[in-house]
Amino acid sequence: MICSLCKEKPASVHLTQIVGDKMQRLDLCEDCAKVKGVNDPTGFAMADIMLGLGAAQELEQSAGGVEIKCARCGFTQVDFKKSGRLGCPECYRTFSEGLSGLLKSMHKGTRHVGKTPESLRVSREHSDRLRSLQKKLSKAIETEDFELAARLRDEIKQLPERPAAAKGQGKS
Amino acid sequence: MDKGMNEGMSDFHQFLCSPAESTRRHGPHDRIVMSSRVRLARNLRDAAFPTWAKKVERVKVLEIIQPAVSSLPEMKDSIYGSMDGISTLDKQILVERHLISREHAAKNVGSGLVVNRAETFSVMINEEDHLRMQALRPGLQLKQAWMAIDAFDSDLEKKLNYAFDNELGYLTACPTNLGTGIRVSAMLHLPGLVLGEQINPIIQSVNKLGHAVRGLYGEGTEALGNVFQVSNQMTLGETEDHIVERLEKVLSQIIEHEENARQVLLEKKPKVVFNHIGRAYGILANAHSISSKETMNLLSLMRLGVDMGLFPGTERSLMDELFLITQPAHLQKQLSDKLTAEERDLLRADMVRDRLRNVSRPIVPAKPPSASAEEAK
Repeated sequence: MICSLCKEKPASVHLTQIVGDKMQRLDLCEDCAKVKGVNDPTGFAMADIMLGLGAAQELEQSAGGVEIKCARCGFTQVDFKKSGRLGCPECYRTFSEGLSGLLKSMHKGTRHVGKTPESLRVSREHSDRLRSLQKKLSKAIETEDFELAARLRDEIKQLPERPAAAKGQGKS
Repeated sequence: MDKGMNEGMSDFHQFLCSPAESTRRHGPHDRIVMSSRVRLARNLRDAAFPTWAKKVERVKVLEIIQPAVSSLPEMKDSIYGSMDGISTLDKQILVERHLISREHAAKNVGSGLVVNRAETFSVMINEEDHLRMQALRPGLQLKQAWMAIDAFDSDLEKKLNYAFDNELGYLTACPTNLGTGIRVSAMLHLPGLVLGEQINPIIQSVNKLGHAVRGLYGEGTEALGNVFQVSNQMTLGETEDHIVERLEKVLSQIIEHEENARQVLLEKKPKVVFNHIGRAYGILANAHSISSKETMNLLSLMRLGVDMGLFPGTERSLMDELFLITQPAHLQKQLSDKLTAEERDLLRADMVRDRLRNVSRPIVPAKPPSASAEEAK
């Protein structure tokens, strides 16, 4: 059995992790295990290694062989493959396509439902409202309830334009 | 800035000379749950994450974050150090006290640490994320720890611009922390489950519920001192309250299993249990050379003995304190000369013997005691 990371040396460290009903297996050579910190249980989370592997593949596939570079920090999917970490907050937008599948397999959901900074709370409520109206609108169009659709469209139009996003930006 | 760094260095150097108070505090269920911890990961909106950022950027981020953190009311009595100003030994002590991660101990210029003197709040600046802040409480107090760090974070967000996305929540360097950025964990002492050989199935079922379990000390699969850490793994798509509650439920089940395991051991194999505890006492109270590993494993058994009422008059906290001060860096800190491992073993044995001199040998009851003898008093 060869190492699943470097695909060169024989694997001597074998890891198994069970998340939900899924069992994931990873076989590493001694050198790769050291690099990944597998021999240091306090600083080691198996998910990180799993993330590095599966994630790199997903990001590469979603890019279709083209190198995507974050316009803000210059981070590429190759850098992600090396570290399993992103370059900057903007990277989440740059690599959103490749990340979405990953997040789905990693977390309970793909949408944040927890704490929101006070200064952005209004903007978040706004986006929640917009999202719910748009959902209703497409359903109304689907069921050919054009009267309701027209009403919803008006309501969406009347929503103030991203009110607190600007407020959040202004703070420094 | 230079002045601040120097002050930070000497502050940590001095501060870490005094023994950790944290081991002397009591909390609910501290027979089994040694401590509760909630950590939040946060990042600034307009800066690259620390591992990708250049040194100049990291230093700039540190200069923005550190004053904001130190000015919080919770940090009124706190110590700050830049990681390049803290000695390797002091960094190791901070790791042993769970105030920083091993990863953070390896950092230098551009990373920092703010800790309050009570050691209930600690903030790592420029670890993997710009901010890793934690609240630490004795015993089972996950909700209290979460409320404390939540308030801390709410104060801090007024001073800093966090990277936050309406869809994805708090943006973190690693996607595994995305969303809430929360890691809720508890440190557990589980000698009953280990002696009763039930620990593996327990770990497996806790894993299945989406929580991580690992030995806190030791390499690979071994868990020195029978100390385990249980924590949440998923951070996105659930509220913080829900994550805390789910872990609490899991913990209360583990506590129940551990209590049961101790009871069963006392009923079915009292001789085996008393033999383990008696030998542990015998070696710790009489050895003249002892390794850190052996010390941890034997202290774990003596701690179990205290819980079972075999050492009347002896506080559990003495075991917890010994557990900490016999760790390599804490031991080294006692002396100015650099010790070899062999010399540390001698010093460790002297220290343990001295601290145990007033502890009498275990009193084994004629009839098996209840596993929760301590609780009944």
